[in-house]
Amino acid sequence: MHAEDFRGEKLFLSGDEAVALAALHADVKLGTGYPGTPSTEILETFERVGGHAQWAPNEKVALEVGIGAAFAGARALVTMKHVGLNVAADPLFTVAYTGVTGALIIVSADDPGMASSQNEQDNRRYAVAAGVPMLEPSDSQEAYDFTLRAIEISERWHVPVLFRMTTRVCHSKSVVQRGAAIPVAHPSHFEHEIRSRVMIPANARPAHRRLREKLQQLAEWNETPSLNSITAGSDQLGIITSGACYQHVREAVPDASVLKLGMTYPLPTDLMRKFAAGVERCLVIEEGDPYLVEGARMAGITVENKPDMYRFGELNVCRVRRIVAGDLLPEAAPIPGKPPALCPGCPHRIAFTALKNLGCYVAGDIGCYSLGVLPPFEAMDSLVCMGAAIGVGLGMRHVLPPAEAKRVVSVLGDSTFVHSGITGLVEMVYNPPPTGHVLLILDNGTTAMTGLQEHPGTGRTLEHASTGKVIFEDLVRALGVPNVFVTDPTADPESFEELVRAALAKPELSVIIARRNCLLAAKSIRGYEKCNEQQVSGD
Amino acid sequence: MNSKSAVTNIVVAGLGGQGVLKISDILAEVAFLSGLDVKKSEIHGMSQRGGSVSSDIRFGAKVFSPMVPAGEANFLLVTQEDQVAVNLHLLTANGVLIQPAQIDQSQLRNKRSLNVALLGVLSHHLSFPEETWKTAIQRHLPEVVHEVNLQAFALGRKAGTH
Repeated sequence: MHAEDFRGEKLFLSGDEAVALAALHADVKLGTGYPGTPSTEILETFERVGGHAQWAPNEKVALEVGIGAAFAGARALVTMKHVGLNVAADPLFTVAYTGVTGALIIVSADDPGMASSQNEQDNRRYAVAAGVPMLEPSDSQEAYDFTLRAIEISERWHVPVLFRMTTRVCHSKSVVQRGAAIPVAHPSHFEHEIRSRVMIPANARPAHRRLREKLQQLAEWNETPSLNSITAGSDQLGIITSGACYQHVREAVPDASVLKLGMTYPLPTDLMRKFAAGVERCLVIEEGDPYLVEGARMAGITVENKPDMYRFGELNVCRVRRIVAGDLLPEAAPIPGKPPALCPGCPHRIAFTALKNLGCYVAGDIGCYSLGVLPPFEAMDSLVCMGAAIGVGLGMRHVLPPAEAKRVVSVLGDSTFVHSGITGLVEMVYNPPPTGHVLLILDNGTTAMTGLQEHPGTGRTLEHASTGKVIFEDLVRALGVPNVFVTDPTADPESFEELVRAALAKPELSVIIARRNCLLAAKSIRGYEKCNEQQVSGD
Repeated sequence: MNSKSAVTNIVVAGLGGQGVLKISDILAEVAFLSGLDVKKSEIHGMSQRGGSVSSDIRFGAKVFSPMVPAGEANFLLVTQEDQVAVNLHLLTANGVLIQPAQIDQSQLRNKRSLNVALLGVLSHHLSFPEETWKTAIQRHLPEVVHEVNLQAFALGRKAGTH
């Protein structure tokens, strides 16, 4: 959507777009994150409507930048997909202690059903583990409204807020009525607050106590009419739910009484208890883990959990009907459609053809090139998390007999290399296996899988303007890797295969950078380069 | 299905690159411009890699879930014949299937406008004014392809009457 499409009073927006628009209306000073489906469009939209948005090399750095902005009194928005919060967990747990001066909103976009992810972890657990309040919108209107409320909560209690979305909220579009902007009371300004921000043990011990006090206050506040609502209905059946599931519930069981929780940590247990007591059967309907169920039961509230078979995958209207009916019959397997594939002419095809021909053990990674696992290549043996290709490949090399060890290759893409491959490369230099190792960086000049986002290796910012560029070959050489090759695999596929074969034969460390722009991005990249050159010459 | 309280459910399906998401955006916009409650849902991420892609569009006085429940689609529009089998279970017993065979593709000035032509067929079954469709098409497509797509839409709308 174009910027002018966001000007009306009533708009038709995705959840991601709604968060971005609310951030603009709340005068959020900085949006940062790492691209990840289904969260990517938040920052792209924020930039489009006039906000300051930037891609960080990974989610941990993004959150740290957000923390700095919030320490300096500004409102900050940090976005990531659910697995990104694993990367950002380290700062998350301690910023809960320090608290913030401005506002800090951390979007975790979960992917129940794994439309485009390697797991379906339920990040509501992070709110509990770290001790940060959590909001869960159920559609785009709430994505907009709750973003504004999250900022108010963050500023009132000086806490970071976890804003938990799911694929169906992020990527579904619905009608949004824009609200009143919430202006910033104070300009960004830094005050020394050493005891609350420098988390040496002497300061962290009282900080932990302060956090628990804040959470106690938040729990009490959440009992008052705030972000939770009750739809009165039958006293036979009451359903406690949150997020996208609320929408399925209202449609599947229109007569039921429904307690919809908007703020799901800390839980409003008194409200839940009162609701449960007013109905004969109180059922919790939630995707993924039995998070609300456990919260209710810990508070001594009797609720019914969904049958275990519905713990897997997304819920929808049909599945909710089945849960209500206690239907345990096996569900019809989805009819398989046409699977995605590496694009015809994709430079990754040449790399995977070579790896297959050479009989490699391929420690793979996350990106478009994950499709190298599918026929006709079937040239990937592991995929765990961002950057894992290098560590996993090294671990295999360390323990396999030499003849097998020499077949191991680590493969990852350019954006993934910057995200969390660089520390793996340091490990490779520091603890080289006796057989050496081969790292293949598939550099297609973009973060292709998530929709062609920039990263530090492209030398362009989120809005495609020229900026500092991390040159992989220089970095790799500077770290002391003896054999560094940069090649366009499409120029001569046979010699590319020969290059990999030769590298595997050497008991040394080799890094091969296979550089060729993504076909889908090539035209845009030429356009950005031309535009940026003109700007330089025009200065 | 056109009574005021009911929700109209439409599934648009095809392969990545055929403009499935584009016409679902146009369709949702038409319902939105007509003042209805609208929800639209789809799975992004893999669609650019040529795999199956589908989008759910629902509109009416009030819409809850953004996803069309299986067996409740009033219309199934497919941009590729082989995607019918994959999606047919979504259609109600008396639902309407709209597929490429309904369009004389030799009449299309640009084959890539097949998606908009099929939208034209669908438009015949819905009560939105033709002007609203045209507005939405123009809003969602670049100006250079307005004419060719409006022609495709008109072709489909006419084919829908047969």
